[in-house]
Amino acid sequence: MSASAPTPAAAAIIEVSGVHTRFGDAVVHEDVSLSVRPGEIFALVGGSGSGKSTLLREIILLQPPVSGSIRVFGQEVVGLGDEEALPLRRRWGVMFERGALFSSLTVTENVGMVLHEHTGLGERLIREIAAVKIALTGLPPDAGPKYPSELSGGMRKRASLARALALDPELLFLDEPTAGLDPLSASGIDELVRSLRETLGLTIMMVTHDLDLLWQAADRVAVLGKGHIVGVGTMNELAQSDDPLVRQYFHGPRGRAAWQQAWKPK
Amino acid sequence: MGSGDSAQLTFVPAPAQEGAATEVRCAGSWTVHGLPPLERELDSLAWPGAGELVIDGSAIATLDTSGAWLLHRTIAALERQGRSVRLQGLRPEFGALLQLIASREVLGEMPAAAAPGRLARLGAYAWSGVMGSLRYLSFVGETFVGLLRALGHPRRIRWRVIFHNVQVAGVDALPITGLLSFLMGIVIAYQGADQLEQFGANIFVVDLVALAMLRELSPLMTAIIIAGRSGSAYTAQIGTMKVTEEIDALRTIGVTPQELLVLPKMLALMIVLPLLTVYTDITGVLGGMVMAQSKLGISFEAFIDRLDEAIQLSSYWTGLIKAPVFAMIIALVGCYRGFSVTGSAESVGTQTTASVVQSIFLVIVTDAVFSIVFNFLDL
Repeated sequence: MSASAPTPAAAAIIEVSGVHTRFGDAVVHEDVSLSVRPGEIFALVGGSGSGKSTLLREIILLQPPVSGSIRVFGQEVVGLGDEEALPLRRRWGVMFERGALFSSLTVTENVGMVLHEHTGLGERLIREIAAVKIALTGLPPDAGPKYPSELSGGMRKRASLARALALDPELLFLDEPTAGLDPLSASGIDELVRSLRETLGLTIMMVTHDLDLLWQAADRVAVLGKGHIVGVGTMNELAQSDDPLVRQYFHGPRGRAAWQQAWKPK
Repeated sequence: MGSGDSAQLTFVPAPAQEGAATEVRCAGSWTVHGLPPLERELDSLAWPGAGELVIDGSAIATLDTSGAWLLHRTIAALERQGRSVRLQGLRPEFGALLQLIASREVLGEMPAAAAPGRLARLGAYAWSGVMGSLRYLSFVGETFVGLLRALGHPRRIRWRVIFHNVQVAGVDALPITGLLSFLMGIVIAYQGADQLEQFGANIFVVDLVALAMLRELSPLMTAIIIAGRSGSAYTAQIGTMKVTEEIDALRTIGVTPQELLVLPKMLALMIVLPLLTVYTDITGVLGGMVMAQSKLGISFEAFIDRLDEAIQLSSYWTGLIKAPVFAMIIALVGCYRGFSVTGSAESVGTQTTASVVQSIFLVIVTDAVFSIVFNFLDL
């Protein structure tokens, strides 16, 4: 798991092709295809209700698409049973939008629980490893013995990230990593996401609305709109796109401000 | 994965000359899945030699943060013992990871707070009991203040919510309460039949069933079913609303939770429970009637004739008057327990259990008090 720059030639880690999703009569995805390469930070964006989170849930096996194929680590996940999915699930970590920490366990126990379930490590080492993960996500050490209800929103997200990192996954899914955070915490998450990729060599797929995070951290971005992928590429490529949906997304007042912000330091 | 699936650590036999460094070779996959055997081994490992240690990491096939932590911890422990440790041959990316872990070293872990002694625990337990009762009393007080305020402004009473609660707690409970009390009537008649037959006092089964059902069993059993059915639902509902901060949202909108959540529930139960009690009185006596006919040969006409003599109006009222009191207990305990929920999902479960146990307990105790009072009053 060495750190490496995205290499287009390598086989895709996630390969979504021809996915259709419907809820009753409402069509969410029609023919969505995308691929995530090893070692890249891939972002999925789109307006509210465009089905970003649904696509993420389909990739992590929480919900099946109506049709289409989703391959993760080269293995087809659509229609996979819990038993067969387990080895895959151990190779990825998920950080949920609202943290989804187990409310009856402390932060350390939340992280340790994953290690207890999947490894044969001793109690003491598990507690230490949990403390290391908690420190890695930038939480203060006294956060460990606290319960999720005692943490602020930003700390809860970091704790959730620590739990997602518990097994040193190769692939990390982040659902709205900065939603609901103050700008300072949010820019902390930007840096965290980048440094995780650099030091741990992770592949990261995230769903986000945060234009700053996109400019700062994402290698490639896919824009989901009207049930299709309307644009894929680096932020610079997308900023020059002619597609009305993409333009609408990146050239609103906030999009322009984030763009200027991104260019200023360079 | 170069050398096997688990992490390994082997000593290279030290060269003979004095003061030479001992070499330790690390190999294999130093990952969460490969570590367990090594971890157990490390605890009881005796480090040979006294001088410098050289750790050779060139054969480590994979290293993750957990493995890096174990390596870092081992080196740090050796250094604390006064050994000088040199690390060599580690791949650059592994070295970077090790450095990252070392830079983030927090700890050690936070020491757990010392467990309090037995006496302190007893004290804390007693104190929490006292404070709990006080909080409960103040909750009851607040609710009654809310009730008085609502009576002062009848337009603020939420009839829609009350009727909804009447539907859910009362109408929807008709099948289960009716069935259970019917069965209870059958059981009592059945149990009495044998004894009464011995004395040829068959007809007195009517007195037995009617008095037992009307005075005691029907109000008590209905209250217990409703405590299990609605009291628990109240706790879970309010508790979940507390977890999701809906209660706080209500307060900021300027609606007291008492007004929207507690009072309508209490009033609805106070309407519904007496009605249910009358209904279960009837179904219970019906059960006894069916049994009396099949087991003792008492016809329905004879049963109803006797019923007229067997029960006075007071038997009916003594049973019925308890129902609103029970209703109040169930609603107040249920809601109070809901408000006692703190942050976690587990707490919702604990409080729901406590709600049912306490309201049933209080209902039975209150019933006993009623019996004593009625006894004094000669009812």
